[in-house]
Amino acid sequence: MEIASLDISQIHEGLKNKNFSATELAEAFLSKIKERDGEIHAYLNVMEESAKKQAREVDQKIAARGEIGILEGVPCAIKDNILIEGEKCTSGSKILESYVAPYDAGVIKKLKEKGVVFLGKTNLDEFAMGSSTENSAFGPTHNPHDLERVPGGSSGGSAAAVAAGECAFALGSDTGGSIRQPASFCGVVGLKPTYGAVSRYGLMAMASSLDQIGPLAKNVKDAKIVFDAISGRDEKDSTSADQPSTKNQKLSTKNLRIGLPKEYFAQGLDPQVEKLVKDAVQKLASLGAEIEEISLPHTKYALPCYYIIMPSEVSSNLARYDGIKYGYSAISDLLRQPADAIGDLLDVYLKSRQNGFGAEPRRRIMLGTYVLSAGYYDAYYLKAQKVRTKIIEDFKKAFEKVDVIMAPVAPTPAFKIGEKVSDPLQMYLADIYTISVNLAGLPAISVPCGKSENLPVGLQIIGKHFSEDLIFETASAIESQIADHAS
Amino acid sequence: MDINHIAKLARLGLGEDEKSKLESELSDILDFVEQLKEVEAGNIEPTAHATGMENVARPDEARRTTEEERQKILANAPQRKDNFIKVKSVLQ
Repeated sequence: MEIASLDISQIHEGLKNKNFSATELAEAFLSKIKERDGEIHAYLNVMEESAKKQAREVDQKIAARGEIGILEGVPCAIKDNILIEGEKCTSGSKILESYVAPYDAGVIKKLKEKGVVFLGKTNLDEFAMGSSTENSAFGPTHNPHDLERVPGGSSGGSAAAVAAGECAFALGSDTGGSIRQPASFCGVVGLKPTYGAVSRYGLMAMASSLDQIGPLAKNVKDAKIVFDAISGRDEKDSTSADQPSTKNQKLSTKNLRIGLPKEYFAQGLDPQVEKLVKDAVQKLASLGAEIEEISLPHTKYALPCYYIIMPSEVSSNLARYDGIKYGYSAISDLLRQPADAIGDLLDVYLKSRQNGFGAEPRRRIMLGTYVLSAGYYDAYYLKAQKVRTKIIEDFKKAFEKVDVIMAPVAPTPAFKIGEKVSDPLQMYLADIYTISVNLAGLPAISVPCGKSENLPVGLQIIGKHFSEDLIFETASAIESQIADHAS
Repeated sequence: MDINHIAKLARLGLGEDEKSKLESELSDILDFVEQLKEVEAGNIEPTAHATGMENVARPDEARRTTEEERQKILANAPQRKDNFIKVKSVLQ
């Protein structure tokens, strides 16, 4: 079997039994990248030399001791908004085109301790703003299932890399669906952890009350292995917390109470997607799960709520990109035109940000600045935060009656490149099933549940705070059922 | 919306041709979010933190930056002089 298509456990067995070396493994993935990435463009930066060096170190360890951890020598890809020390980190933006990370993100430190091999940094919508990876300043990524279609976004590069066998697993980030939706579009597993389960230290911040880093992998078991490795309290991220013990948690699909929110199965959902999602849910009924319809009454207000809160936090978080401390600066831009003359400090800010940011960041910064400005704060931002409380209450009430909530991830399978770029609002509407989860800080996974005209479709499983183990258990049951029934 | 005022607050330079397009896009988005007016939210507590954590503190101890760390950070500065980042004058 081609070693680049093995999952994490198989890789671990193979390395332990010396069927192949970590170096051979890294080289197999690097070849795969050379073979496929010309047309997929999942990677912005392939770290060939350092990957081989990391792999050699694992081989030395195997030769010396024989014993290795489950992730040791496993090659992965990292979304390019997560810092790896000494490597460029662009966040898909011209404003950080030559920025070199001075430190490792918390999750990178953890993965380095586990002996993981980093193959490179993956493409994303600029500053994680987008649902298709078309907003990258460095060109879009193509869906490996159909190169004319988007891989989803903003973690499109990570999802495509896993789907194309260009890495064993990847890390992405999810603020409004940016791990789950590309996972759905590319037919891989993607988890957005509970807010606080994984450290955000070293993740370029987009919306600080919504962002989470999470794994994208070939199967549920792999996603869990990676999640266990990266989760946990980090003293550098005061919003992070340890997973509570699962001793008293229900972990079986028998007697599992599943809720289907009626607002998520209404108009706008592609009928094929609806059928695949509902059929997958029904398969769990045959294992003893109870399914009931629930209501999340404030669902329709989630999009406007998100598109006030998120741009507000964005306008604050992106203020740091000012052409002074790092990144693109108009003052040192050798290609600067006469029209961009720098007179004073204000000009440095105005021109650096004008030239460095793409259209979507500019749009969201302006929106956020407006809603937070004097005279508008109460009507928009404060109101949105109150609606957020109502959305959280909806979920609390639902979780009194059910253990997990199941829903679609996206209204359709992957759309064509260029199809939604002319109308930003159209793109925003595609986030409808994923954003409430971020507003409530809940964990949710996207697990493949079939194909619609050869395009993958994902099923979303949402749980209570810190119920990742139950979510993995449930997703695994779905995965087996889908595999058993595969034609 | 006074687009020039907002752009100045955001320290964002905007081209003339861009302004009208942005104004119209933002107007569409703002119309969309007007829906929130429909929600009765009177005395509801606003949520800033979804999982209810409260003030997380650390010991009030300074950590020294190493010379190596300092140089890595300064290496990214667009304009630099020795160990300082150079900026245009702040006061006229």
